[in-house]
Amino acid sequence: MEALWEGLKEAVRLIATGDADLYEIAWRTIVVSGSATLFSLAVGVPAGYALARGRFRGRTFLLSAVNTGMGMPPVVVGLFVWLMLVRSGPFGDLDLIYTKRAMVIAQFVIAAPLVVGFTAAAVQALPEELPDLLKVLGAGPVRRLWYIAREARLGILAAIMAGFGGVVSEVGASMTVGGNLQGNTRVLTTAIVTETSRGQNANAMALGIVLLAMAFAVNLVLTLVQQRRPR
Amino acid sequence: MNRRTLLLCLSALPMIAACGGDDDTPTPTAAAATTQAAPAPATPSPTPVPKLGGSMILATTTSTQDSGLLDVLVPMFTKQTGVEVKVIAVGTGAALEMGAKGDADAVLVHAPASEKKYVDSADLVEGKLVMHNDFILVGPPSDPAKVKGSMDLTTAMAAIAATGPFISRGDNSGTNTAELNLWKAANIDPKTGVKQREETGQGMGATLNVADQKAAYTLTDRATYLSLKKNLKLDIVFEGARSLLNIYSAYVVSPDKHPNVKVAEARAFVAFMVAPETQRVIGDFKKAEYGQQLFIADAGKKIDELGQ
Repeated sequence: MEALWEGLKEAVRLIATGDADLYEIAWRTIVVSGSATLFSLAVGVPAGYALARGRFRGRTFLLSAVNTGMGMPPVVVGLFVWLMLVRSGPFGDLDLIYTKRAMVIAQFVIAAPLVVGFTAAAVQALPEELPDLLKVLGAGPVRRLWYIAREARLGILAAIMAGFGGVVSEVGASMTVGGNLQGNTRVLTTAIVTETSRGQNANAMALGIVLLAMAFAVNLVLTLVQQRRPR
Repeated sequence: MNRRTLLLCLSALPMIAACGGDDDTPTPTAAAATTQAAPAPATPSPTPVPKLGGSMILATTTSTQDSGLLDVLVPMFTKQTGVEVKVIAVGTGAALEMGAKGDADAVLVHAPASEKKYVDSADLVEGKLVMHNDFILVGPPSDPAKVKGSMDLTTAMAAIAATGPFISRGDNSGTNTAELNLWKAANIDPKTGVKQREETGQGMGATLNVADQKAAYTLTDRATYLSLKKNLKLDIVFEGARSLLNIYSAYVVSPDKHPNVKVAEARAFVAFMVAPETQRVIGDFKKAEYGQQLFIADAGKKIDELGQ
């Protein structure tokens, strides 16, 4: 209990005094996980739509693969990406290992199945005949997609939240491919592991509280957008 | 509502741009933080080193990181040479493997017995003895196994084995290797011959916390124990034997076997670790805080001379 209380006090102190290290780590966490989420949206939403509406061989197989990927342990993804990017690996010459870019790549791999899966489920929940109806009403392809995205809004925003929540809270992949380098690739979760491993439980708790507060703020904004009634 | 959604997406765009930044350049705040962490040397560096720049990967052990020593040394090195060091703190076993695969440029490790294999295979070259401290056996103050006052290390290990519990790192680290060697020297099979021996698979700090909670014995390096002592109930139950020496060496990863190795940077790092000024900082590290030396600087000595 003492570490919890000390952690809370330390968290308030760090936030209130504008601790430079803390803000830097928190900002880096948002940049890395935010980028990974955006990339996974760019790929995952169209892919989810195609999986939901498409009729092709292997669709069920692909959906199963996506659903498996939604529960993939981040540390396995991290190990795989590490083996790809490390100097002795196939992409070692790109010199990406232990950089923020490597972390974005790993987190993208974690978030993408979540976004694809949630989008596919949301689109499948819409009436089957919606695209045809829109076509009859004279909407072009871009407009049709836009209206469908609007209708699937609840699910797609849930996809964003699941994707962002999944990567901002994971530690295994970020630790492995980022290396937890101070001032370079250290994010909130890996900093928490470092402090815990050093036995500095109050510091670790403070960082955990900051992470929770940050995740809550992001989700609050997304939920506000999600729950707004269309006019 | 459409416009709002679009705005939300647009406002997120700078993240992509920010993400494209150069990873090797620390942000101004980070640079400021490292400057603070560096000790103020009494005199300016007497050895002008040509600025190399660039970056390198140092594979090392969790104990150098957890004690805070590298937080002091790495900024010093970067200031002198301009080389950015990516410190990857893993167990000694993993650090040696990274060296053997050419995934690191230099290694700083503490398991002479394990290092030999990599030196023999010529994966690690130009090794230098850097420093040592010692391992200690710690346990609950009540000392149920009556380890305190043991005549020698073998007796102490046998006492622990008979009563337990013992918490092991179990992570193939230098400390774990040292522990296994101690059982071996006492003719005890750690898997079957030790009562309630459990492995955490975690770093030294975390393992000390586990041992503390379970009122168990464990083997720790003195530096990590001292830095966590105020939160622990564990006492030192045995110390001082020669085979408890914890010896750190630095190596360059062989550029002949691994052409991608940044050999100039790695050589500069190993040279830095044994330079007189660095050795002085190592010897003084946290000495005032704990009233004793955490590390004893050993540049130029031979392993056989230590602990005499």
